[in-house]
Order: sequence, then C-alpha cells, then structure tokens
Amino acid sequence: MQTEAAPRAVQDGDAEIKLDARHVNFFYGDFQALHDAALSVRARRITALIGPSGCGKTTFLRIFNRMHDLTPGTRATGEVLLDGHNVLSSDTDVIRLRRQVGMLFQRPNPFPKSIFDNVAYGPHMLGWSKARINQVVEESLKDTGLWDEVKTRLHRSALNLSGGQQQRLCLARALAVEPQVILMDEPASALDPIATLRIEELMQDLKQRYTIVIVTHNMQQAARVSDFTAFMLMNEKRAGEVIEYGPTDDIFNRPKDSRTEDYITGRFG
Amino acid sequence: MSRPMVRILIDRFFGALIVLSVMMAAIPVLVLLLFVVIKGLPGLLTPGFFTDPPFPQGVPGGGVFNAIIGTLEIVGIGSLLAVPIGSLIGIYLSEYGRNQIGDAVRFISDVLTGLPSIAFGIFGYTVVVLTTHHFSAISASIALAVLMLPVILRATESALVLVPQSLREAGLALGAPRWRVTLEIVVPAALGGIVTGALLAMARAAGETAPLLFTAFGNDIVQTNPFQPMGALSLTVFRNALVPYNNLQDQAWAAALLLVMLVAATNILARLYVRRSQH
Repeated sequence: MQTEAAPRAVQDGDAEIKLDARHVNFFYGDFQALHDAALSVRARRITALIGPSGCGKTTFLRIFNRMHDLTPGTRATGEVLLDGHNVLSSDTDVIRLRRQVGMLFQRPNPFPKSIFDNVAYGPHMLGWSKARINQVVEESLKDTGLWDEVKTRLHRSALNLSGGQQQRLCLARALAVEPQVILMDEPASALDPIATLRIEELMQDLKQRYTIVIVTHNMQQAARVSDFTAFMLMNEKRAGEVIEYGPTDDIFNRPKDSRTEDYITGRFG
Repeated sequence: MSRPMVRILIDRFFGALIVLSVMMAAIPVLVLLLFVVIKGLPGLLTPGFFTDPPFPQGVPGGGVFNAIIGTLEIVGIGSLLAVPIGSLIGIYLSEYGRNQIGDAVRFISDVLTGLPSIAFGIFGYTVVVLTTHHFSAISASIALAVLMLPVILRATESALVLVPQSLREAGLALGAPRWRVTLEIVVPAALGGIVTGALLAMARAAGETAPLLFTAFGNDIVQTNPFQPMGALSLTVFRNALVPYNNLQDQAWAAALLLVMLVAATNILARLYVRRSQH
C-alpha cells in the first residue's frame, strides 16, 4: 500500500495549493493549543494530519471552516488562505465558507429525518428547485455508493441505517451542497473494518473532484489513503505544532525529523 | 450466631424496610384515589351530570356542564398564551442563553415555580379584574398562563439541551445559519420533550383552584364568552363541598373524580407521546 502512494505523491508535488495555513496560533482562553502551525493543502489531493492524542489535529482541522467559532472563548490568529482569501479575517462570510468547506465528523450524525431529507437539507436551504434537489440527492447518494442500498426506502428514517451507511449518508449530505474542500475528523473511528474500507475507497474516488483533509489516529490509514501527511506533536507547553509535512511516502519512509521517525516506528504515541 | 446468618438477617430486615417504604408512599395515593372514585362515581353516573348546568340550591338534579366548558376554555386560552411564549423562552435559554440574561430568566422562572398558586390569582385579579372592573375567564387564563410558563420553559430547555451537539454541528457545517439549525433540526429532534412539558403544565393548570377564585369567579350559567365570569371544575369542587345539600356534595365529589381523570389522561397521553417519539 505504501509503495503505491509513492509515485502519485511525487508527481503531484507541485499541484496547486487550495488551502494555505500560515503561522496559525489557537487559544482556548489563556491556553495555547496550537503554536505557529502551517500547512499547504494541495487541490484534489488527500492530506492527512497524524499525531498522538491531544496534539491539536482536530483543533487545526476545525479552524479551516471556522467551526471553532462555536466554542466560546476561543481565538485563532495567523491566516488560513482559501483560494487566496483569509478565512480567519473578520469579514469572512462564515455561512458561505462552510458551504465551500464541508465537514465529516468522528461519529455519524445524521439528522433524525428521512434519508432523502438528510441529503436534501443543504440544497433545500439554498432554495434550489425541486427537480434540482431530486437530482443532487440521487447523485450524492450514488457518489457515496449508497443509492442502490437505499433507493427503495428514501423516505424512511436515516437512523435505521447501519453505522457505516450513516457515515456515508453524512458524506452524501456534505457533497450535496457542492463543496470544494471536505474536512474529515477521524471519519472511520466509529466504524468496523469493512465500513472503514468503504470510506477509504470512496475517498480515492472523491479526490478526483474534491480536496480532502483527514485527521486520523490510525497511521496505517494515513499511509493507505493520503498523498501528503503532516505529523503534529505537542511542544513543552502542550501547544500543538506541525513537526514535519511532506509527501506521505517521504514521511513514512524517509522522515527528516527524528521525532517523526520515533512516532512512525511506534517508539511512542 | 454464625456470620452468614447475621448477613441473611440484615438482608431480610432491609428488604422488609424497602417494601414498607414503598407501601407508605403508595398507600395514601391509592386510598385517596379509591376514596374519590367511591364517593364520586354515584354523582358521575347521575343522569344530566355531564349535560346539565347546575340547578338552584335545593332543587334536585343539575350537572357541571358549565364547569366542563369553563375548565376546557380557561385552560385552553391559558395554553394558547403560555405554550408559544414558554417554548420560545426555552429555545432562547438552551440555544442562546449561556449568559447573564439567561441566568436571570432561569432564576425568575425558578422563583415562579415555587410561588403559592394563589399568588397567581392575585396577579390576575390585580392586572385584569381591577382594570376591567369585572371577573372574567380571560383573567383566569392569564393567571394560569403565568403559572404554566416556568414549567413549559424549563421542560423545553431540558429537552433541547439533550439534543446532541453533533446535530447542531452537522447543520452548521453545511453552511446553515444558526436560526435555521435551531428551528429545522434541534427543535424537531426535541419535540417529544417539548410537547410533554406543555401537556404536564396543562394538566397542572386544569387542577388549580386558587388562581380561579377571584378571576374566573365561577358562574352557574353556561358561559362561553371569555370576558364574562365562568365556572370551572375545581371551583365546583370548592363551592359545592361547602353547601349542606347532598346532591351538590355528590356533584363536588364527581367533579373531583372528573378532574382526576382529566389530569391522569393528560399525563398518560404525555407519556405515550414521549415513548412514541423516542423511536
């Protein structure tokens, strides 16, 4: 698996940059959770954030679509450029940003509504026509491999689906508003190995059209699915830092930093 | 005595103590219910009880039709006032109320919950009856609405707080504005709890007597105009229990039984609704 990633990542080394985080610091009140973090996410590639628990991976990810705004007392400094515009600036239209940068969460969180209504929620909110909504629901469900499994029960509750199906439904729901970037926060951690594999296969299909950033605890998963990997670690003040970032093959096979090597080879973490 | 024997004896003793405690809690309720049923059933089965208005004192027969209409109308109007306002305040508290305003509202609501119910009657009397110069059903509805308000808003808040944060995040991450997420996702997910809270508040209001004494005042004529004095089941119980006529005392018991059944039915309805909405 790892060796497959090598040629792909090397060729793509100079793909255009979609999301560019520079000098990002993040604070929960007085506590600094991220220190001078940087990451250049390339378009239509999969970028993985790995590192031990508490190193700020999820915190970093949630800054990209300003989900941290929902937690009172938090503050982010630095810049995160999406196509050149700083999403952290106060004049950013957060609603519009989140339509461009979608998110898939750690646990499947379908709305307690029907399968159809889950996927149609975003398009309905955008005021699209009924015909267009029907079309985008079908396309999104096909893109996530759910269509054949649910087409006969679109109007039944989404809560009756299995965990893996629910997570793919959540992905379809995110795709329906036609985002450019999809952030995934350990999307398979609550799923069994088969369902996890489905999600990983889907990611490979989706990266033809979408830019994906994934946080994962699972190093094998990062090695299997991603083109680029960033390794994060807490510094002595417990603030997360990006230690090393590069093509996945380099991070896993030729790490430059000894701390990355220690983590990859399982000496800690 | 051997140690296992001691342990078994202690176990028996505390087991018996638990059974005794349950009985002490249950027996008064059961006796009370039994008493109301035995005393109230004859009156309830009397022809005309449900359909006749009260007859003048000393005249045999008569019913509580006026009071049934009155209770339904007074509680109905009170609910129309209290349920929308109460649930909106509850939504505010849960979704936006993590601040000093929210804490102040919670504190006032807790004070209201603890207030004796006659205070709500005085409120209705002062604010409505004194300014309009006569007793009216609407003044009773307003008094009951204020009484229901804290129950409804607290029930709404607790139901909404139970909605997982991940659902809100899912909506917001799709680019939905906060108000849409609240109204379209969070509130529907908590509807079972909100409806239950409203039904329990209505059941409580239906049984109140003190807030009606100098607001609705009572009326032996069947009255549907909310701006006129109106009868109510709890008022029938209160008034008829104190008169020296057997048929009216029977009516008081029967009205009490009817009220108990009404409140019990509402409670059961609320529970059934919760059970259904949990699936």
